[in-house]
Amino acid sequence: MENLGSLALLLAFCLGVYAFLGSVVGGWKRKPFLVLSAQRAVYGTWFLLTVASALLVQALLTSDFRLGYVAAHSNRDMPTLYKFAAWWGGQEGSLLFWSWLLSSYSAVVVFTNRRKHRGMMPFVTAVLMATQVFFLILNAFVVSPFQVLAVGREVTAVPDGNGLNPLLQYWAMAIHPPFLYLGYVGFVVPFAFAMGSLITRQPGDAWIHTTRRWTIVTWMFQSIGILLGAGWAYAVLGWGGYWGWDPVENASLLPWITATAFLHSVMMQEKKGMMKVWNMVLVSLTFWLCIFGTFLTRSGVVSSVHAFAQSPIGKYFVSFLAIVAAFTIYVILDRLDYLKSESRLESVVSRESSFLFNNLILLASCFAVLWGTLFPVISEAVTGEKISVDAPFFNRVNVPVGLFLLFLTGVAPLLAWRRTSVDGLRRNFLWPAAGAVALMIGLAAAGVRHFYALICFGLCLFVAWTIAAEFIKGARAIRARSGQNLIASMVELTHRNTRRYGGYLVHMGIVLMFVGFAGSAFNKDRTIEVNIGDSFKLASYELTIKDLREGDNPNYSWHHAVVGISKGGSSLGVLEPERRFYKSSRQGTSEVAIRRRLNEDLYLNFAGMNDSGSKAVIQAYVFPLVSWIWIGFWVLLFGTLVCLVPNKVRLQYARTEVVGVSETYANVEN
Amino acid sequence: MKTYGKFVALIVVIVGTLVWLAVGGINQTKTYYKTIGELREMGNGALGKRLRVAGDVESGSIVRTGREVAFTLHQEDVRLKVVYDGAEPLPDTFRDGAQALADGRMGTDGVFRASKIQAKCASKYEAKPGQKAPAAKQAGV
Repeated sequence: MENLGSLALLLAFCLGVYAFLGSVVGGWKRKPFLVLSAQRAVYGTWFLLTVASALLVQALLTSDFRLGYVAAHSNRDMPTLYKFAAWWGGQEGSLLFWSWLLSSYSAVVVFTNRRKHRGMMPFVTAVLMATQVFFLILNAFVVSPFQVLAVGREVTAVPDGNGLNPLLQYWAMAIHPPFLYLGYVGFVVPFAFAMGSLITRQPGDAWIHTTRRWTIVTWMFQSIGILLGAGWAYAVLGWGGYWGWDPVENASLLPWITATAFLHSVMMQEKKGMMKVWNMVLVSLTFWLCIFGTFLTRSGVVSSVHAFAQSPIGKYFVSFLAIVAAFTIYVILDRLDYLKSESRLESVVSRESSFLFNNLILLASCFAVLWGTLFPVISEAVTGEKISVDAPFFNRVNVPVGLFLLFLTGVAPLLAWRRTSVDGLRRNFLWPAAGAVALMIGLAAAGVRHFYALICFGLCLFVAWTIAAEFIKGARAIRARSGQNLIASMVELTHRNTRRYGGYLVHMGIVLMFVGFAGSAFNKDRTIEVNIGDSFKLASYELTIKDLREGDNPNYSWHHAVVGISKGGSSLGVLEPERRFYKSSRQGTSEVAIRRRLNEDLYLNFAGMNDSGSKAVIQAYVFPLVSWIWIGFWVLLFGTLVCLVPNKVRLQYARTEVVGVSETYANVEN
Repeated sequence: MKTYGKFVALIVVIVGTLVWLAVGGINQTKTYYKTIGELREMGNGALGKRLRVAGDVESGSIVRTGREVAFTLHQEDVRLKVVYDGAEPLPDTFRDGAQALADGRMGTDGVFRASKIQAKCASKYEAKPGQKAPAAKQAGV
């Protein structure tokens, strides 16, 4: 079977090279047959990669421990779900997974666009396949998942595998990496269309319209992946945080930031024909950062809790990243004349300028995160001393950045195109701003002294208010005409312009998440050694240790605490944190106990036994408002899905003639 | 052109503020990576600086007293006593023989006060990615 798998990868590599060359030559010399055969080769690559992946998954499910990959990442006792998830549990498998996703995307793109964009498609295919070939080189020649264990020339099997790292044996493991990868890999498609359009100097913005929805879906996958990772870290790692500015977390955040910037600035090109160069740069940068993120995660260039060891793939990634950078810079510079802007900025207080600042801020934050992540590498190269920065640095830069973005979230959608009058500003913002100031004064009077948190709560109210006002204003207009009730009118309103109102919902999700982030300013924690019967206080909670138990089973040994919780004398039930020590991997894990409430979470971690073994070390935390991050995430997800629903009536925006907020609508047959 | 002047001014202000924040942030949190040997050589120069020291946790040296955890890091023959008193729980991978990264400051008494510990397990079962030799050896056992 492993021979078949290796063969499939090798053939996929050959077909990928053919598809790349066939598309380039076919597109350039205008040979339809060559282009068509290259398209078929794309499907062939997908088929072969599917075969290879299926063989690897089958080996994992049937515990074929002759394969080094299976022996290292699976064992007999693991539930089937984790055996399957071991596909992306290690280096070789996850790169195969990347490759397979990319080929699936490529096949879908080629199939759905085969009759459209005839001039540009061969080059789109070529860009997709160039990336595919790079990953196939890794799959087939560098880190093949089909290597067998051997002693001398004899193929052998181990009796049982190591199993997946216990920290990874959590339900999110089955979906967190796939979502992140779907997001990472997906951005190759807008990039390919951008490059195809640029290479062939397509008139108009066909690439943007074609990939608009694709970009939103990819962005959604990235958001899901990042938030799942945060939720996982919070509930499993036992360090009580959802975000630690770890290099691998940063790697997933970077392309998300640039993708967010792209989603916004692309509207400027759609509606005003501006920022064309900038959009090219953003889409390329996002793609580049996706590859870079994979590199950072997989090569061990910076140390991280995700702890992947040094590996030989680093230099391949660096070469590929250099090629991508050189290629995109060349193509963009060479075709600058084609990317001329169709209108210019007129006022500092206008929709255009708010987009500009949104982009500036996002990029600055992206750059700061990148800089901080790579600081050890940079400082070692420059000064010879390895210096790292950690969470306080990232927070110091990104908290003000986040607050400013939050402010723009509230202001920008209500600013008019071109310029906004003072009167318009007052009409839209007087009441929300007054409400925000009142809230801040109220909170300050109630004893909240944390500066950023105060600002954050104020801005959250401000933005939520403006968004709600937009919905109500629009819904009232519809109600006046149709006589529906307000809720039905809102649904109708959203359906008429899903992208706009879906976007507002996404903004609302972000607002709720910021409420949760601001809560972290008021975290409380306490570490204490306790015995049965002891009790201690944290914030308004009284915690009593009711029982401490320990035990042993074939898989792991455990310590378990039963902690009674009460508040002001009335009992609130018990929490039972546990600490496990897995025998086969010799690794401990924490099963934290969390009491989740909307106002605050009570979070207990069994840190271990003290040295004499007589007392348990318990860490107790109170995390105010943290649930709002997850609620905000669901709102964000819902909003993104709304954006993807087609408009009831298709809108077409007239270019440059737009005056004020009144867009010109023209119906187009669907 | 007046509008563009305003834009440039605003952009300069924003970027300037961010650079100021970033530089301050770096100076506040920068941490030097040092080996235990280098730390010894620095002598009193090491006092007060934030440092990150890597080494293996000596077997049997982990002692918990109250909320403090004391242990010894060693790298070849050089040893360093470390006391951890941070708020975060120690990572699950922290145990005898693990590779650990202690983040903190050197005390005047020669004991390293760590506020953060990162640990990587050097499990004998774990084959490093891209390096199949250990697994193959294991197969021979």
